[in-house]
Order: sequence, then C-alpha cells, then structure tokens
Amino acid sequence: MITIFGVPTAALFGQLLVGLINGSFYALLSLGLAVIFGLLRVINFAHGAQYMLGAFAAYLLSLWLGLGYWSALILAPVLVGLAGAVVERTMLSRLYKLDHLYGLLFTFGLALTIEGTFRYIYGAAGQPYPTPEALAGGVNLGFMFLPIYRGWVVVASMIVCLAVWLLIEKTKLGSYLRAATENPILVQSFGVNVPLLLTFTYGLGAALAAFAGVLAAPIYQVSPLMGSNIIIIVFAVVVIGGMGSILGAIVTGYLLGIAEGLTKVFYPEASNIVVFVIMAIVLILRPAGLFGKDV
Amino acid sequence: MAGKSEPITNQTTTILPNAGPVRIVLLLIALALLLVAPFYLYPIFVMKLLCFALFAAAFNLLLGYTGLLSFGHSAFFGGAAYFTAHAVKEWGWSPEFGILLGVAGAAGLGLIMGAIAIRRQGIYFAMITLALSQMFFFFCLQAGFTKGEDGIQSVPRGELFGFIDLSDATNMYYFVLGVFLLGMVIIWRIVNSPFGMILKSIRENESRATSLGYSVTRYKLTAFVMSAALTGLAGGIKSLVFQFATLTDVTWQMSGEVILMTLLGGIGTLIGPIFGAGIVVTLQNYLATSDFPVTIITGVVFMVCVLLFRRGLVGEFYASRLGRRLGFNPDN
Repeated sequence: MITIFGVPTAALFGQLLVGLINGSFYALLSLGLAVIFGLLRVINFAHGAQYMLGAFAAYLLSLWLGLGYWSALILAPVLVGLAGAVVERTMLSRLYKLDHLYGLLFTFGLALTIEGTFRYIYGAAGQPYPTPEALAGGVNLGFMFLPIYRGWVVVASMIVCLAVWLLIEKTKLGSYLRAATENPILVQSFGVNVPLLLTFTYGLGAALAAFAGVLAAPIYQVSPLMGSNIIIIVFAVVVIGGMGSILGAIVTGYLLGIAEGLTKVFYPEASNIVVFVIMAIVLILRPAGLFGKDV
Repeated sequence: MAGKSEPITNQTTTILPNAGPVRIVLLLIALALLLVAPFYLYPIFVMKLLCFALFAAAFNLLLGYTGLLSFGHSAFFGGAAYFTAHAVKEWGWSPEFGILLGVAGAAGLGLIMGAIAIRRQGIYFAMITLALSQMFFFFCLQAGFTKGEDGIQSVPRGELFGFIDLSDATNMYYFVLGVFLLGMVIIWRIVNSPFGMILKSIRENESRATSLGYSVTRYKLTAFVMSAALTGLAGGIKSLVFQFATLTDVTWQMSGEVILMTLLGGIGTLIGPIFGAGIVVTLQNYLATSDFPVTIITGVVFMVCVLLFRRGLVGEFYASRLGRRLGFNPDN
C-alpha cells in the first residue's frame, strides 16, 4: 500500500474528495451570501433554510408529482428563488433603511420559522433521495474509487459558480448590479429600477442555495436540520474570504472544504473546528479577510 | 444599501426629575412581588426566570448600550455553567466560589473572543462571535470535563458561606434573587456612569467617539468582557438551580434566544430584557407539554418584532402617551 506521511493514499484522496464536495457546497452557499450582501447589505441567515428548502423541494416534487432529479435541479431553485423574492418584496425591503443588524435578525427569525415548520411536519430524521440513474455507480481512477455522482457535484458547482461570476462581471445586468452596489441612488437616478434589482438579487441568492440543496439531497439525505448545520461554517468561510469579492467567496469555499478534508486525515478531532480556527488566525493577521477590502 | 444607517437603537432610560416617585413606587412593587413570588409560584420556575432575565440584561449591556450584536453569548452562559458545576461537584468548592469561578471563566472567554471579534464591525462582528461560540460548542462536545452529551449531572448546591443550606428551595430562591439584584445594580451603575456614556456615544457614532480621543477598541472590549462576566454570573447560578450543566446552554440557539428576549422586551432599556425573558421562559414552559415546536413561535415573534415594533414592549410603553405622561420619556 502506498502511503504519504504514514497515511494510505486511498484514504488521503478519499478525504480530499469529501473535502472538495463540502467545498463545492461552501462555495455555492458563500457565493449566494456574498451576492446578497454585496447589494442588500443583509447577511442572509435564512440561507441555510433555503438550502434545505431546495432539497425538500426536490424530495416533494418527486413524491407529489413524480418529477425526477433533472427537473428538480431546474424547478427547485426557481420555486425557492420566487419564494425568496416574495419575502424580499413584502418584508425584507422594509428594513434597508435601518441598521443592517435588523436584516440579520429578521432572516434569523425566518430561518427558525421555516426549519421549525419542516421539523414539525417531517421530523428531525432524514428522508432518502435517490441518486439519478445516469450518475449512479463509480469509476476506478487507479489511485482511488470515484463515485460518479460526487464527481458531478464538483463539476456542476464549478460551472454554476463560474456562470454567476460571468453574469456579474461580464453582462449588462451584472454591470447594473455592480453599479448599484457602489451607489444605489445614482443608479436609480439613471432610470434603473433599483428596488426590482434588489428583489432579483435576493431571489438569485436564494435560488443558488436551493440549487446546492438539490445537489446535496442524494448525498446527505433530505433533513430539516441540514441547513442549520452548514450555515455557521459558511458564515466563517465568508468572514475568511472577505465579502468584497465574488471570486474570493468561491475560491475560499473550495479551499476550506479541502482544508477540512485534510484535517480529517491527519487530526480528526479538530475537523469540526478547523474552519473556525482558520477564521480566528485570518482575523488576527488580516482583519479584512483574504480577498476583502477594508470596511 | 450602502451608506450610513440608523444605529440599532437610540433608546436610553434617563431618569427625569418628575419620574422619581413613579419609578420608586413601581420598583418597590416589583421587589415586593419578587420577595413573595416563591409562595405563589413554583420556585424553580421563578429562579429560571431570574437567571434568564439576568442573562438578557447582561447581553443588553452590549447590544443596547454599546451597539454590538453578539451572536455568541451562549458560550459565556453555558461555559460558566460548566465551570461552576465542575468546581462545585468535582473539586468540592463552596457555591459562592464556584460561581466566582464561572464568572472569571466567562470573563476570560469574553476577553479572548472579544479581542478577535472587535477587529471587525457591525454584521461581521455578529458572524465572528457566532463562529467562535460554535467552536467553543465543539470544544465542550469533546472535552472530558464536560461529560459530552450527558453533561455534568447532579451538581450539589452546597452550603452558602458554609452555613446556609441551599438544598432548601426557599434559601436557594433568596440567594438567586440576591445575585440577580446584585447583577442588575451593577448593570445600572455601569450604564449610568461616565463609562456608560462613552459606550452610548460609540453606539451612536463610532467615528465621532474616536475623533474625540476615546480608544474605541478598548472601550468595546471592556464592555464585551463585562457583559460576558455578568452572563457568566447568570450561567453559574443556573447550573446550581437546575443542578446540571449541559450542551444545550452552549448552542447557538441559546444565543438566538437571548437576542429574542432582549428584542422583545426592548433593546437599550434597563428592564426590557427582564420582561422579554419572562415572556419567553413562560412561553417555553407552557409549550413544553405540547409537541408544537417552540422554534416556530420564536421565529415568528422574531420577524414580527423586527418588522413592527423594534422598540420592544417596554420601549413602546415608554414611547406611548401613558408612558410619556408618567415621565418615561425616551429622549429621542
């Protein structure tokens, strides 16, 4: 058996893959958080709940309408995005002129309500969600066994992250978004409907979280608590990356997933807290975050 | 939306000259009620209420008077409960020293967490405190002395100062009441001191406070440690009241709960958090027997408070016509 630093390579690459998969979810979720924060200045505490809603939407679409994975991958983000847009329009938009902390508190309440409701109806246990047939099975790469679905998760998340980045950096809509982030009043005076832009942005962020949720469903099962477990880590990821940069959020997400995977190999006791430890170190050395501008 | 926004609250309870008699009468009524409460209500329930009221008041010292939203106060509350329980049970310390250890431990934790978290402001501060307290949660989950999922069970209450038997419910109640009142007096003194004024000025306008020559970072850290220590006081007595210390008290849900208590009662009012704690604890007790999850109600109350009455119950009362006539005029 080949070993590196006394660890079998199969275990090492296995944990690296797990880390990369977790990193894919961190990247998608912190990207959504960063997009929302950039424009709305709201830390979306309900992001974890929206991730959970995405997974539940996939589960319920299959249960009620018999729709499979691929339609869920499109429909669930649309549904959750629309629900997010409604919440933004009717409630969240009233809080923009107040201290930003109220946005955090409101979305915290929203998260508790959504998670509590699903827990009441479906219990705390997870519901299984089948892996789509086209992605079942695995391939032997020689140094490790790769389940195809897990490879797909990594690829799909990278494609979506890249697409969102292109949308924001290279399109007309993206230029409006970036301009509204810099100076919303000026952009509005040029005739751009900024409130609509804010609603769209919140919907987009929620849809990204739901997309991550559908991707996660076959791996982690569909459970009402799946979101609250991951959201705090994603917050730490966002603090480490700094909220200033979309690309920073994506890169930090993947890197921390991998760091977590490696910790599991070499020092498993610390794998739960490694992200928080890195956060503390980054804050001491570089308070604005790795990719952040000073705020 | 970018740009300068309103501070989280600008409520302050200044004691106006004409409010004197009204306030003193209300205060005396409240004290009398607390003194006779154990004869009419289940003492453990009232003690629980007092612990959480002190917890919320200590939290409010930071949120309401300094403008810092900590999402990690459960670390101090639950941490102190562990320290006190361990000292009393394993080392055989007397209750007063056990509680002092809890307070010191919480203050130490507060110093570490605060020193890291105040490097960022506003929303980042909240997220960092949340992440650090989650780290402490995982520490408690794995550390030996906390006994993992079981927690520290059957903690003896011991004898206060060596001669007051706290296993007697009445003795315990008056001890808890005494600690609660002591904590409230300390908070009241801090808020109404020159130090408290500087904290409020930081809340209102941090850059102006800096430009006036105050070392804002140091004041924030001091306020954070004070709030952590007082939270530790509440956590320490709670572990003696219930005679156990478990992981529940260090979860982030607990941090959320104390935020709700403060928000519901009135951020930045001295007695608001006490009312908020009373309502939340009563509600939990009431729902404990049904299978309807408290989190749904908690979440809805959160949203309603944030959307409709951000001043909280006590704050709204102060601002109402009756409140103003009685002289509880919020000075904005």
